[in-house]
Amino acid sequence: MLVFNQLETYLYLALILFAIGLYGVLARRNLIAVLISVELILNAAMINFMAFNRFVAPHPAVGQVIALFIMAVAAAEAAIGLSIIIAVYRKLKAINVEQATELRG
Amino acid sequence: MIQYVWLIPVFPLMGFLINGLYGKRLPKNLVGTIGAGVIGLSFALTVAIFLEFLKLPAASRPVEIVVYNWIAAGKFSVPIGFLVDPLSLIMLLVVSGVSFLIHIYSVGYMHDDPGFPRFFTYLNLFVFFMLILVGANNFLMMFVGWEGVGLCSYLLIGYWYEKQSASDAGKKAFVVNRIGDFGFLLGMFLLFWTFGTLNFREVFALAGRYPVGSGIITAATLLLFVGATGKSAQIPLYTWLPDAMEGPTPVSALIHAATMVTAGVYMVARCSALYALAPFSLTVVATIGALTAIFAATMGMAQFDIKRVLAYSTVSQLGYMFLACGVGAFVAGIFHLMTHAFFKALLFLGAGSVSHAVSGELDMRRMGGLKDHIPITYRTFLIATLAIAGIFPFAGFFSKDEILFHALVDGNYFYWGIGTVAAFITAFYMFRAVYMVFFGESRVDPHVAHHVHESPPLMTVPLMILAFLSIVGGFVGFPIIEGGHKFKEFLSPSITPVGHGGHPPVSLEIGLMAFSMAVAAIGIYTAYKLYMLRPDLPGWLAEKFRVPYDLIYNKYYVDQIYDTIVVEPIKSGSTLLWTQVDDKVVDGAVNGSASTVAWLSAHLRRLETGFLQNYALAIVLGVTLVVGYLLG
Amino acid sequence: MTLTIPTFSLISIGPWLTLALGAILILLVDALSKGRKTYFPYFSLAVLALAAFQTIDLWGAQSTDFARMVYVDNFAFLFYLILILGAALTILLSRPYLEEWGKDMGEYYALILFATVGMMMMAASAHMIMIFLGLEVMSIAVYVLAGFFREDARSNEAALKYLVLGAFASAFLLFGMAFLYGAAGGSLYLDELAKRLTDAATLTKPLTLLAIALLVVGFGFKVAAVPFHMWTPDVYEGAPTSITAYMAVAVKAAAFAAFARVFFLAFPAFHVNWHMLLWVLAVATMTLGNVVAIAQTNIKRMLAYSSIAHAGYILVALVAANQLGAVSILYYLLAYTLMNIGAFGVVILVARKKDSYLNIYDYSGLAYQHPGLAAGMAVFMFALAGMPPTAGFVGKFYIFSAAVQAGYIWLAILGVMNSLVSVYYYLRITVLMYMRPAEADLGPIAFTPAVTACVIATAVATVLVGIFPGWFYDLAMNSVKIFPSL
Repeated sequence: MLVFNQLETYLYLALILFAIGLYGVLARRNLIAVLISVELILNAAMINFMAFNRFVAPHPAVGQVIALFIMAVAAAEAAIGLSIIIAVYRKLKAINVEQATELRG
Repeated sequence: MIQYVWLIPVFPLMGFLINGLYGKRLPKNLVGTIGAGVIGLSFALTVAIFLEFLKLPAASRPVEIVVYNWIAAGKFSVPIGFLVDPLSLIMLLVVSGVSFLIHIYSVGYMHDDPGFPRFFTYLNLFVFFMLILVGANNFLMMFVGWEGVGLCSYLLIGYWYEKQSASDAGKKAFVVNRIGDFGFLLGMFLLFWTFGTLNFREVFALAGRYPVGSGIITAATLLLFVGATGKSAQIPLYTWLPDAMEGPTPVSALIHAATMVTAGVYMVARCSALYALAPFSLTVVATIGALTAIFAATMGMAQFDIKRVLAYSTVSQLGYMFLACGVGAFVAGIFHLMTHAFFKALLFLGAGSVSHAVSGELDMRRMGGLKDHIPITYRTFLIATLAIAGIFPFAGFFSKDEILFHALVDGNYFYWGIGTVAAFITAFYMFRAVYMVFFGESRVDPHVAHHVHESPPLMTVPLMILAFLSIVGGFVGFPIIEGGHKFKEFLSPSITPVGHGGHPPVSLEIGLMAFSMAVAAIGIYTAYKLYMLRPDLPGWLAEKFRVPYDLIYNKYYVDQIYDTIVVEPIKSGSTLLWTQVDDKVVDGAVNGSASTVAWLSAHLRRLETGFLQNYALAIVLGVTLVVGYLLG
Repeated sequence: MTLTIPTFSLISIGPWLTLALGAILILLVDALSKGRKTYFPYFSLAVLALAAFQTIDLWGAQSTDFARMVYVDNFAFLFYLILILGAALTILLSRPYLEEWGKDMGEYYALILFATVGMMMMAASAHMIMIFLGLEVMSIAVYVLAGFFREDARSNEAALKYLVLGAFASAFLLFGMAFLYGAAGGSLYLDELAKRLTDAATLTKPLTLLAIALLVVGFGFKVAAVPFHMWTPDVYEGAPTSITAYMAVAVKAAAFAAFARVFFLAFPAFHVNWHMLLWVLAVATMTLGNVVAIAQTNIKRMLAYSSIAHAGYILVALVAANQLGAVSILYYLLAYTLMNIGAFGVVILVARKKDSYLNIYDYSGLAYQHPGLAAGMAVFMFALAGMPPTAGFVGKFYIFSAAVQAGYIWLAILGVMNSLVSVYYYLRITVLMYMRPAEADLGPIAFTPAVTACVIATAVATVLVGIFPGWFYDLAMNSVKIFPSL
């Protein structure tokens, strides 16, 4: 299908993922959901890299390698994120964003 | 050795740091030793450099030591450099030497003061800035020293800050000096704007291309002179100096007699190359100097506070120095600066020793007959008085005579006349002080009288050294004999001469000397007549000439006049503004800016809700704005 | 296709390797041996010293390595040294403070070393993805450090906010890089970007501008520029004080290194587009930081806002985009490292008992009970306010001169006005210390040798670097020669 063989399709896909992620970060109160939403945005960026790699770049590998790097980094970030959320949970007995507002002003 | 000239101010700075940080914990003796010791080191180094400089061939003089170029960025830099030339060397010697003696004296004088370490901290800091001022090779560094000594002067005048009059006097000195400093600053900007540099030698070299009387140089020199009138207490900015006597006596001796107040004279002499191009400015300098000399001298006649007598005499002698500079006799001005530093420091320290003896009394009406109780103080004070009165062979004779001589041979009979009259008055009121303090019936409070005592050696030894200098200090500038004027020969490379260079006949010189001696002698005799032979006469005269006496006694009401025409209008004007305008208009602008900021601050902080997703929203908003701007 | 493994020299990334190996060693020893280890701080300092030596040894090199992914140049080296200095001073501050909280553990030091490696990567990146990797290596370590006091709710909250927002901002950064990748036709080498973007300017310009905007967001977040600064006060207040100090100086330094490298090397042709953007950001950052700092009573929070303001000053230098501007970034970061870590050192000494004394009024009358400590704090406050002759003054002088030189007179004027505002809250601390009686007895302060040494050293250095800025100015001038566009 022609539509799968053009750059715009993938950029729109990335945009949709990005929008979903953005909504999640701003609207969800559950910390895990917020974290997942951030991951969605990262995935959107990855799709961008892959798409540009496929349609624009002369070198076939760079974009893909970058995507691999991002995966690794995202995994590390998620691990740290989850452990911080666990620590928060132990202290606050909640994983709701609204609970963590002691620091302000 | 000369390349270590930067160490001269560094020693006092170290003293400042040590005493400032640890003074409270160190034993008193150590604080005093450090405080005086660092100045001693500076003095020793200055002497060593001076001796080395004397050996230098004329071709390699002067020496400019640029220690360091601070914050060089592009073409602009702030150089920290020292100009070692005869003028700065003499100033360094006088400042460090006299400071050293006064520091030693202070160890004794301030011994029982609870703020002992604080006193030495300030005093060391003062010497640091003063040495920076006189050692600098550019206007900016000189200005740093200029401001620094002003700050220390303010701190030291208000040293006994619990005393209302002391802290008022400190504030007055501060405010009046700001006016002068503003002039200095403007003058400096004008020079930088004109020449693109602030280095002394470069400025003076570039200035040489301008014609005599050029507007820009006249303006710059006048502005600089405004600075000098503030720092050196000349008309119309002299009023702070008499009040500054609220500070401890060593401070009066060091800052308000020997060193800081002479900074203006030094600056004018340093800029002789500029003033030589501005005859109008020179006329202004000479006129202000002459008027101040006589004006302050008359005020000195009717004072009863011994330190105030000396303060007015300082103002008057500074007037002399400016008079000298104004008639082009810069060398004579600096010469008088030096001898004055010796004898005036001695007079102040002597006065301190007297008040030490009579339990802090400063009113001469409650002294008298002290000569036998405090013989060393009496003798040294007498020597200084003879020096300031201009009696041969004491130091003041040579320097004062040279100023008058120059005024005369240059045809400035007016200045000469005023100077001579002022010399007469000076001789009169100084001996009036001597007679009132040391001779006649004792009017000392009976409670105090039985334990009148001579000061400890820590105080009397500096007195004796200064007395020695007051006797022999003048001989470096011995006129008449060919080659006798070592001082002038040494100093002349630093100075751009003004006026005629012709050599008047020796007979004229000798004649003049005899004349001024006679004038001084008449002044002394008048004082003797009034205060020794006929002690009832002064009261009778005061009664007889009530109007002029009151005028002088009340210092021509200048303080009151300033209060009426300057201070009060500003006060009431500001009250008016405050009550009428400020609440309605200015509140939104001047005073309001602070409260606006505080208001903003209190409200903006509420944006920080502590809620994570608000922060994320702010980021998204920021992204929208940034993207919108760049793509829009 | 064939992939060829390029030749490379480990020497050119020697300092990274040293720190990373040191950190791994700490983790291993900590895990494999029993008992409390007291030598980790010393070991970390030794490792940092070794890395510093390696850096100095490399000094003067001017090349790239690892298939042009890494710059081996003086600009990177100078940042290495600033970062190592920041890390070392932080470690000096840490031990007694951690002990108070019962958290003197090996991984703390390992994490600081890891974070430093990430920062160095950012400073030396020649390729966008290296910047991202460095940023993440640094950030992940710092997220953990911010939440290092696991039992403390505030520390948790700080870590949480930092992590979520940090990841969020990194995502924008990554998006920017992706668009850049597309706009430049498949290259992310900084030097190539400059060429390709200008060649293909007409077609892909909107995409490039979008990418630049997103990069500004990503870097803006790390340097705490308004409006991406909201996390800063909360995180700085909640994190362990030693880590706050570290974040304020080192994270900021690394972010500015990458910021400057990217914008001076890759986007000089777009200066017309981004200069006004950063102009506005700089003014907003300076102003908000200084204004809100006035209303703060918690000293850590006040210093957090002050750190926002300082980021604003450095942005001014970025806007100027001339040699003096680049030099002033380096100089200012050095100065800021010294004066800010010093100030936090005093905060740590005064705070005690699990941060019981963090209110600014706890500093009332400090000068009477601990004159030396108060004098040190006064030096730092004067320096942060930008008073001569401290390093803070010289840094501001360079920055504003650079702005004037580049024709941004108003920016310089606004900067100076901001400095005046800042004098208010810095001097308030000094006034409290010297002119007010103590609110209550401050009690004894334990002057532990390492912290005391750190405070003294930074105070002395703050003044000395201010009085003698020349040597560093020359080094920095030499190192910014790598930017052909300046």
